Amino acid sequence: MGRLENLTKGIIKENPVLVLLLGTCPALAISTQASSAIGMGLAATAVLLCSNVAISALRKTIPDTVRIPAYIVLIAGFVTLVQMLIRAFSPALNEALGIYLPLIVVNCIILGRAEMFANKNTVVASALDAIGMGLGFTLALFVMASIREIFGNGTFFGMPIPLLDENNISILTLAPGGFFVFGCMIALVNKVSKGKAIQKKEFGCSACPSAAVCGKQRCENTEKGRGNA
Amino acid sequence: MKELIIILMSAVLVNNYVLQRFLGICPFLGVSKKLDQAVGMSIAVIFVMLIATAVTWPIQIYLLDNNGLGYLQTIVFILVIAALVQLLEIALKKFLPSLHKALGVYLPLITTNCAVLGVTILNIDAHYTFVQALVNALGSGLGFLLAMVLFSGVRSRLEASDNIPEAFKGIPITLIAAAITSVSFFGFVGVVENMFA
Repeated sequence: MGRLENLTKGIIKENPVLVLLLGTCPALAISTQASSAIGMGLAATAVLLCSNVAISALRKTIPDTVRIPAYIVLIAGFVTLVQMLIRAFSPALNEALGIYLPLIVVNCIILGRAEMFANKNTVVASALDAIGMGLGFTLALFVMASIREIFGNGTFFGMPIPLLDENNISILTLAPGGFFVFGCMIALVNKVSKGKAIQKKEFGCSACPSAAVCGKQRCENTEKGRGNA
Repeated sequence: MKELIIILMSAVLVNNYVLQRFLGICPFLGVSKKLDQAVGMSIAVIFVMLIATAVTWPIQIYLLDNNGLGYLQTIVFILVIAALVQLLEIALKKFLPSLHKALGVYLPLITTNCAVLGVTILNIDAHYTFVQALVNALGSGLGFLLAMVLFSGVRSRLEASDNIPEAFKGIPITLIAAAITSVSFFGFVGVVENMFA
């Protein structure tokens, strides 16, 4: 795989939110305003870049059996750093992201890229992958937030839009609107790619990148039903 | 007492973790296909939320805050929860094999669930007392159970219908159904505030 492809695949072809269906919680929650969506996307990108580089550099040092706890500690450390920086330099963004800022730790995209990419590839490739995935995440969040802000609130980056300003569909900015817009966007991706893009047909355990944390075998058992645990 | 009931009811109905706060979306969409799985998963979530709150609250108040280490919250909480879930599973296997059989499969899946980390951090942010924090954790867990049970009913109807447009099949229609389920929770707005009025 070429270097350029490592960078670009995350933006459209393997977009983490719309195609790989990772990180749905922040995507739904932080997409009410375009400005906070960009903030969230960039914060997650920063954490992803740091964690991918660190994990890739340490991939020969970290023993295989304890790799997941080690990754979680590394990621939590970087999240704490980003949290402190945002708190110090942009209190307004800190307010807008709220609980979802510390929750970047459990964002599946970050652990997923560590497990699926960074621990098998070089530092440069992992860094490019992180930037591409991070930008893809930011882009998806931005598009979703733009739709919800323009039609739900009648504003864009806080600037009122004539006509829509008075005729907004305020439910789009509330919780149901998040599910609705996200569902429609995935349907659009499905339509445009004729059903080929979405590799994961269901939200299931085996497709979850953190499956390694709990053991693939167990996940499969869960999917089959409770039985032979 | 009145205050505790308000915290409980608002965690279950008004600030429902899944449908209003978007925490724990993965298990909500992943394990809600069958009713028995949905109930098993939710009971495991309630269990872990309560125990995680009981452990992380004293750690934050007595250990981190007293020593000026509040900034370590994220890193400490995620490690404590991860270790706790593992210990819990070992303990259940040894002492309560029947409960382990029912919940065992779901326990490890909860380690990286944002609803559990979310409830422990929100309890600290809201400056709850220990009892209030536990009640909030119980309410959040019950809210998760309510959403899962409701949604598994909706899901089984979706599975049966065959006139869904091609592009909407699978995940998109599930999300739209979740949106409609979420609208139903707006019916509870104002209920809690006026409960004792």
